[in-house]
Amino acid sequence: MSGPAASTATSTETSTTTPRKRRSIGWLLLLPGALWLAAFFVTPLVQLVATSLYDPNGSVEAGYAMTWSWGNYTEALDFYSEPFIRGFVYAGIATVLCLLIGYPLAYAIVFKAGRWKNLMLVLVIAPFFTSFLVRTLAWKLILADNGFVVSTFKTLGLVDDDGRLLATGFAVVAGLTYNFLPFMVLPLYASLERLDHRLIEAAGDLYASPAQGFRKVTLPLSMPGVVAGTLLTFIPSAGDFINSQLLGDTNQTMIGNSIQTLFEAGSYPAASALSVTLMALIIVMVAIYIRRAGTEELL
Amino acid sequence: MTLDTTDADGAADPGTDVAGAGDLELRSLTKRFGDYAAVNSLDLTVPAGAFFALLGPSGCGKTTTLRMVAGLEVPSDGEVLLGGVDITWAKPYKRPVNTVFQSYALFPHLTIHENVAFGLRRQGRSDVNGPVGDMLSLVELEDFAGRKPAQLSGGQQQRVALARALINEPKVLLLDEPLGALDLKLRRQMQLELKRIQLGVGVTFVHVTHDQEEAMTMADTIAVMNAGVIEQMGSPNELYENPRTTFVANFLGQSNLVDADISGRDGDDVVVDAQGAKVRIPADRVQVNDGKVWLGVRPEKVFLASTGEPHTGNSLGTARIVDVSFVGVSTQYLVRMGWGQELMAFEQNTGARPIMRSADEVEVRFNGAHAFVLDHAQDARAGVDED
Amino acid sequence: MVRLGRWVSDHVVAGVGLLVLIYLFVPMFVVIAMSFNDPASRAAYTLDGFTVRNWTNPCEPEGLCSSLVTSLQVGILATVGATVLGTLMAFALVRHRFRGRGTANVVIFLPMASPEVVLGASLLALFVSTAGGGVLGFGTILIAHIMFCLSFVVVTVRARLQGMDTSLEQAAMDLYATESQAFWKVTFPLVFPGILSAALLAFALSFDDFIVTNFNSGQTVTFPMYVWGVAQRDIPMQINVIGTAMFLVAVLLVVVSEVLRVRRERVR
Ligand SMILES: Nc1ncnc2c1ncn2[C@@H]1O[C@H](COP(=O)(O)OP(=O)(O)OP(=O)(O)O)[C@@H](O)[C@H]1O
Ligand SMILES: [Mg+2]
Repeated sequence: MSGPAASTATSTETSTTTPRKRRSIGWLLLLPGALWLAAFFVTPLVQLVATSLYDPNGSVEAGYAMTWSWGNYTEALDFYSEPFIRGFVYAGIATVLCLLIGYPLAYAIVFKAGRWKNLMLVLVIAPFFTSFLVRTLAWKLILADNGFVVSTFKTLGLVDDDGRLLATGFAVVAGLTYNFLPFMVLPLYASLERLDHRLIEAAGDLYASPAQGFRKVTLPLSMPGVVAGTLLTFIPSAGDFINSQLLGDTNQTMIGNSIQTLFEAGSYPAASALSVTLMALIIVMVAIYIRRAGTEELL
Repeated sequence: MTLDTTDADGAADPGTDVAGAGDLELRSLTKRFGDYAAVNSLDLTVPAGAFFALLGPSGCGKTTTLRMVAGLEVPSDGEVLLGGVDITWAKPYKRPVNTVFQSYALFPHLTIHENVAFGLRRQGRSDVNGPVGDMLSLVELEDFAGRKPAQLSGGQQQRVALARALINEPKVLLLDEPLGALDLKLRRQMQLELKRIQLGVGVTFVHVTHDQEEAMTMADTIAVMNAGVIEQMGSPNELYENPRTTFVANFLGQSNLVDADISGRDGDDVVVDAQGAKVRIPADRVQVNDGKVWLGVRPEKVFLASTGEPHTGNSLGTARIVDVSFVGVSTQYLVRMGWGQELMAFEQNTGARPIMRSADEVEVRFNGAHAFVLDHAQDARAGVDED
Repeated sequence: MVRLGRWVSDHVVAGVGLLVLIYLFVPMFVVIAMSFNDPASRAAYTLDGFTVRNWTNPCEPEGLCSSLVTSLQVGILATVGATVLGTLMAFALVRHRFRGRGTANVVIFLPMASPEVVLGASLLALFVSTAGGGVLGFGTILIAHIMFCLSFVVVTVRARLQGMDTSLEQAAMDLYATESQAFWKVTFPLVFPGILSAALLAFALSFDDFIVTNFNSGQTVTFPMYVWGVAQRDIPMQINVIGTAMFLVAVLLVVVSEVLRVRRERVR
């Protein structure tokens, strides 16, 4: 700003102090949380990348040497391409299912629940408080070989007489879908709730049938919720290992299981290489997805 | 409810009757956003107790100006004085100025009663119930004291916003398009209401609007603002009858502007050559002394005479009617002059003479005391079609 | 015909929504039923007989209740920590302009875009490489939980703040409220519901976390870790008692606050 000289010097000075003070307050407010994330999120990631390049022959006790072992990556991908693909496929199916069943629920809560709205919302969140693991064990019971679901499926001919549901991809995907459904419903709810109801009425007024009104107005305007919900569902499912561990067997291992097993076995460089690959793949997919959905504003 | 200025605590104001003591004065006030000057070296004095309207098209800097007066925006340059005291750098809560916001900004979590009591409580007043009750009855909302803002209609919310500001007995009340969100009927009703309240309390009102009709019916003084500067200030009548810029001529009502030259002076009149026709305009209505000018005549000041009819006023020569539109109380004619320009003429349907038809030949006349002459350097279309 | 179509479209969505809600609750019913289960043998996780013994002796299985206490402690501390840090960050991001905002936004988004295995594993790699395996325990669990709850708090509070008109604070200042009065009388009450739901979300995420905790817990056992441990061997029915009880407490809290809210609104 090329200010006029002497006479206005004082006022120009004062006018710039206020924004500068505000700027430093902004930093101050941000600082504690930012430091936390820097120390316990960014640094670990850097450490993870470093570990992924360590000499795979080292151990925790003996220490690791940085040998830039890119081989860790090629090896990891060679050995674990199958769980990788399976992890992404299962997570993808679970995400689509979550969207398909989560959208009507969110829609019903916003537009149809009336005075029950808050209660229904609470019911969506309530199972959270019963541990994730306890609920997954309950699914195990529901899908058990001698359980009600399997016998019904057998009667309907959906499952062979000696077939089972547990230890199948079906069970793992069902578990993932169930466990991450609230992560889909909540963002959808938020974006539908924010939507101006008059817009839908306006669409009706302009001769849109309810279905057209939904397709042309409601759905596009709830896109931020759809994007947020699919991300919050897909990302944790892609890295999950609990569902596959409890509801599947060794034929349903996902990449999360592989990473977990490797870490437990103490093969840190290999486990890190797998983790970094998973993270990188997810970030690339998310970036492409957000770009295509045109909701960069989401961040 | 009357506002008793004597008990205003602390801020004693010696002699409200001394002329200019409570005036609001803006001195070369400037606000730049980056390189863009939203308000550009604006000078303005609002007399104490006035109903003052700031009129201008969207984006011309009206809100920015108000915000600087309220202390919500820091000026890039210039000063704000109230009753001679420099308040340019005072915090908003240190100024005896209150605002009715463009979007009302009522506190959604507080009842109407608490919204209105807010300012008094912040000033440490303990006896809020009496004044709040009085204020709510002034705006006829006694029965709504316990409700939340979301449970009121637009017009009612607007009145709460007004009550919430007025109860603090400010020296200046700033109103930023307070009627913008209301429908036409309610708007007219609230205009009268606001005027009544202002006369009752005697507080200086600075009313921002881009509705010229609203400004003209309500204000004693109007400042027309454009692109960050005041184009002209004066009474509604003065602005309309004797605009000093093409922007004001076009923005307030409509004007015919004809390319002309000053050809000389004759006593109190200036002689202007308008496309060959010599016309005489009183000198106080002429903004420039020589050279090229715009000769302005409002459409309702144009008289279309049958050719050859005797006359004493000015004549622009003959023209042909190209369009006639009948609008009930009046008829609007569009005529094409000999030099090709089309001019508007409005005529009251008094019935004294028959309505003319398209293609009729007429003589275009006007009274010099109703015309005005503007600097030719300005754009003749400035302010047209802006609202 | 038109009428019928209208009725169907009005009710189908609500019906489907209700079905989905029931689906969400199917395992809950099983959990509740199992909490009254009297298992025939400890090895089989099947519904056999009815008993209230599990409810009268919730702490019978060794380590169950201490793991619950640990989880509650971690949950509360992580909630407080993440809510305070996250709320400050949300204010900074929405209300202040400064260089590096874009970067800050990305860094806050990334933990949500990271699978939990990666979060847990990378923290483990850091802890082990800087301080050795010995530091793992309550402290490292807490650090990890605050880290992954933080982003969710920021996002929740930020959404609330963004929806809030800044002209409200300006109106407060115009009405003689100082900066701090404007904050406490206007901004805070309006943002509070957002902070509250952020805290609730943080607690739920922390209390329920297994994957990240598993990497960084050392010898400390949280409730999910206890469940994981017993799931590999024989499962005591008491975990269902705890699950049911937590669920009931959550529902009860919300119902009570809802009733209070409705009552408060009536009184006015
Ligand atoms: N915070 C800001 N940053 C950048 N530019 C701004 C800011 N506030 C206002 N402006 C610009 O300054 C100009 C004047 O804005 P202002 O709000 O004062 O207009 P206005 O006359 O009140 O218009 P309206 O009648 O539409 O309310 C506009 O061009 C606007 O875009
Ligand atoms: Mg404005």
